[in-house]
Parts: sequence; structure tokens; C-alpha cells
Amino acid sequence: MNITLRYFASVREIIGTGQETVETQALDIGQLRCELMVRSPRHGQALSSDKAVRVALNQLACREDTPLSEGDEVAFFPPVTGG
Amino acid sequence: MPSLSVSIQPEDFDIGQEHLRLRAQDERVGAVCSFLGTVRSQNEGLPVAAMTLEHYPGMTEKAILSMLSQAGERFDIYAARVIHRVGDLNPGDQIVWVGVTSAHRGQGFQACEFLIDYLKTQAPFWKKEQTPHGARWVDARVSDDDALARWGIDAPRQAFD
Repeated sequence: MNITLRYFASVREIIGTGQETVETQALDIGQLRCELMVRSPRHGQALSSDKAVRVALNQLACREDTPLSEGDEVAFFPPVTGG
Repeated sequence: MPSLSVSIQPEDFDIGQEHLRLRAQDERVGAVCSFLGTVRSQNEGLPVAAMTLEHYPGMTEKAILSMLSQAGERFDIYAARVIHRVGDLNPGDQIVWVGVTSAHRGQGFQACEFLIDYLKTQAPFWKKEQTPHGARWVDARVSDDDALARWGIDAPRQAFD
């Protein structure tokens, strides 16, 4: 299935783009992150397991075991610092 | 149902006007409580010359509207509004304003604090500071998660913490 990826803040800067579309076999968010970590060295660095990374599915906060569907928008970003 | 609104904008705002607008034509209101956040000239021991605020358009508005709805359910309030600026800001600039109207001050103060605590840890904004050592992304504070926990809400340990 195809999904749209969005990256923000330090994750966006390390990967070098704010948005991309990928075809994936991942069933959930956790599997997707593992797939992306080997997509390029930059992805591996930005999404490495020793970093606190937050994830949103279709613009709602989600968890590692949240399942994926065709056409989903998944965003990866660091813990938020607004206010 | 309280009247709830959010505005994410690069432009500055006039808190006097916002106070007036929030309680306009509602004579039930006996209290207006608000919080204004501004850009500090120092952070983590370094001077801050400027700051850029990034956000996730779409998710930001949804997340803040959800917080406003929860505040409306928890507290006895008539109206609540959040304004948050994005883009380039300088020390002294206004960043965020939370305003709440209610019959009495207690519920208004609580709703206002609840909203800013929630926003700090859950709304998708990120600050990048310009310091003499170069630009740096601001790190999230554990104390902000603790502030949210006071309301009985655990900052969701989303995926991968």
C-alpha cells in the first residue's frame, strides 16, 4: 500500500525532506519505522531507536501498534516544544 | 456548549481586543482569565537572539480544538480561545495566548492552566533558537509532562519512548 510520510523539525532536517510517499508492507506504525530506518543513512539517523520520536496517524497522535491503511498520512517528529 | 476557537498565525495579536471579543455580548460572564506566553532572551544558559516556530498545519488546529473541547467538558466555562504564533519571532514577542470566560474566577483559572499545560506537551509546535553557538532545537521538558499529569492525564508515551 502507499502512504504519505511527513517529517517535522529535527527529523525533517536530518532526513532532508518534509514529505515523501512510500510503498510499504508494514502492518503498523512500529513496522513502518523499522522499514524506514533502513531506507537511507539519514532516515536511520533521524528515526534511530535511541531517539524519542512521536508519531501521528492522519493528524492524530498514535502508538507503535496502531495499524496502517492505504492512503494514510503518517508523521514523525520530536517531542513538541510550543507554548 | 462553550464557544471555542483557535487561531494559528504568523501575525501578532492585541490581547486587549481579544479580551473584549471573548466576553462580548455575554452578560453571564463574571471572570476573564488568560495566559500570555512571550519569547525570553535567555534559555538554558545562552542568550537567544531570535526564534522560529514550526508546526504541523492541520494537526495543530485539530489537537488544540480537542483540548478546548476537553476543557469545556471539565470546567464550567462560557468561552475559550487559543492563539499561537508561528514563524520568526524575537525576544519580547508574544507567542501564545489562552483566554477563558466563566461566571467565577476559580473555573476560569483552572481551565486556563489546563489548556496551557495540555498545549505545551501535546500540540505539534517546535521551537528553534538562534544562539551565539548557532541554531538549536529546543528540547522538551520533563516538567511539562509533570504539569499535565497533575490533571490526571499522562502524556501519552506514544510509540517509541
